[in-house]
Amino acid sequence: MGMTMTQKILARHANLESVHAGQLVMANLDLVLGNDITSPVAIREFPKFGKDRVFDKDRIALVPDHFTPNKDIKAAEQCKCLRQFAAAQDITHYYEVGRVGVEHALLPEQGLVSGGDLIIGADSHTCTYGAVGAFSTGVGSTDMACGMSWGRDWFKVPAALRFNLHGKMRKYVCGKDLILHIIGMIGVDGALYRSMEFTGEGIGNLSMDDRFTVCNMAIEAGAKNGIFPVDEKTVAYLKEHGAKDPVLYAADADAAYEKTYDIDLSALQSTVAFPHLPENTHTFDDMPRVKIDQVVIGSCTNGRLSDLQAAAEILKGRTVAEGVRCIVLPATQRIWQEAMHAGLFDIFIDAGCAVSTPTCGPCLGGYMGILAEGERAVSTTNRNFVGRMGHVKSEVYLASPAVAAASAVTGYITDPATIQEAT
Amino acid sequence: MKAKGTVFRYGENVDTDVIIPARYLNTSDPKELASHCMEDLDKTFVKRVKSGDIIVADKNFGCGSSREHAPIAIKESGVSCVIAKTFARIFYRNSLNIGLPILECPDAVDGIRDGDVVEVDFSTGTIIDETTGKRYAAEPFPPFMQDLIAAGGLAGYMRKEAKK
Repeated sequence: MGMTMTQKILARHANLESVHAGQLVMANLDLVLGNDITSPVAIREFPKFGKDRVFDKDRIALVPDHFTPNKDIKAAEQCKCLRQFAAAQDITHYYEVGRVGVEHALLPEQGLVSGGDLIIGADSHTCTYGAVGAFSTGVGSTDMACGMSWGRDWFKVPAALRFNLHGKMRKYVCGKDLILHIIGMIGVDGALYRSMEFTGEGIGNLSMDDRFTVCNMAIEAGAKNGIFPVDEKTVAYLKEHGAKDPVLYAADADAAYEKTYDIDLSALQSTVAFPHLPENTHTFDDMPRVKIDQVVIGSCTNGRLSDLQAAAEILKGRTVAEGVRCIVLPATQRIWQEAMHAGLFDIFIDAGCAVSTPTCGPCLGGYMGILAEGERAVSTTNRNFVGRMGHVKSEVYLASPAVAAASAVTGYITDPATIQEAT
Repeated sequence: MKAKGTVFRYGENVDTDVIIPARYLNTSDPKELASHCMEDLDKTFVKRVKSGDIIVADKNFGCGSSREHAPIAIKESGVSCVIAKTFARIFYRNSLNIGLPILECPDAVDGIRDGDVVEVDFSTGTIIDETTGKRYAAEPFPPFMQDLIAAGGLAGYMRKEAKK
């Protein structure tokens, strides 16, 4: 039986000729990631693993991005814990406020991830790096401590679902719509314990930012990882960001997939996930009129430059509706600077948006845009669970940057295609 | 090893944001986390839970974030075991890694009611609902995971392996 991309990467890192779904393996790690929420627990657990020093100071990334700039005293203490550990262990890739960005936008930008890598991160959206052809998965803090100590961890080899992509997406439709469509189709546990492997000629029509968004939300379908094959766009992206050359792992022709889904990208529409699960998806064909109080544009899902450009295209020359707060959070300092130089901040500020420093803040209900009782937000983030962005009786609607921007202008959830046609 | 307690019965897709809301993630102190456990799903949980009690839930328990604070909060609140139809994968491995016993048993989930008194035998995977008298058999863990549990979690396992 042949192997999938994921299985080949796991086999190589476990020093095995081949692996099969369900097999438990110990595999070597190329990179171990943690943030300011998960690392303090990992740092507390680290001594229990019997090592004084980390396995490789160059292959650990500590990214205090969730509650930074420090939201309160307790958050400041957690960041201090990371800072002290990073200094004591001489960690190369520790990012202080001023250089830090949202981790899953930051690491690819810094060239720290490449095709064929095996990456774990104590953050569920670590699956993002499948976009560059890595096997990358979210784990907990004890796993992170294990990875930092020994440079290896245990894995159950996943079975796989294949998503065969054809065609090209229409204007205003992007990677976010594709992944919301998939989650709506298979459910929040539709890929549980499995890898989601993307194939087909349609991949070539997806930008790297689209691929990051798609892999980022693989976890919202329960998947262990999402992964794209490496193509010319991947190679160009990795080169541009100074990453090491990718190691290519193509799926075998007889690789086992539990199921194959064929998706026509040209048929996709703007898609919105209603409260309180990412699988509760609607297109504008069946959309009730939903009045909103807040719009958030940012996060590891949709805080990249192309996301901000898509929002700016809609917001240019328009204003945020009365009674609506629109918060824009560029995901990294570099994105922030590029957006500034491209004149996007003038567009946002003229429209009445607030532009924030990079942080995960509002996505997980931390700070920088918490919802009150009864309030509704359209957000380009990844989760809309009960209480996710604030009060238990608030609501989050997940959407693309274009939908979010169009909704900010009208004050209710709006199809970006209609707003552009109307003017 | 056995566990026995009163059941807190919940539905499907219980996510880590309701198990421990992110507004409390500015600490990793187990006692403080436990004091907010399940708060956004069941405000009475913390007041009612006693040492040994058991959570029984439908499919995809623990979906969402990687926060180990979720199984830590559950374990620290005194819960002896979580039984579900399926677990989200990060929650699954976090629980094993920190030594919180979890079992997948769809039949038991369908049969057990809120408030039932249930006994679990981890060595055999047998679940007995003492209130109804019904017995259920959960899949036993594969050998590697039994070793992980026997070592008290991942740290103990890795130290033991290193000595081999």
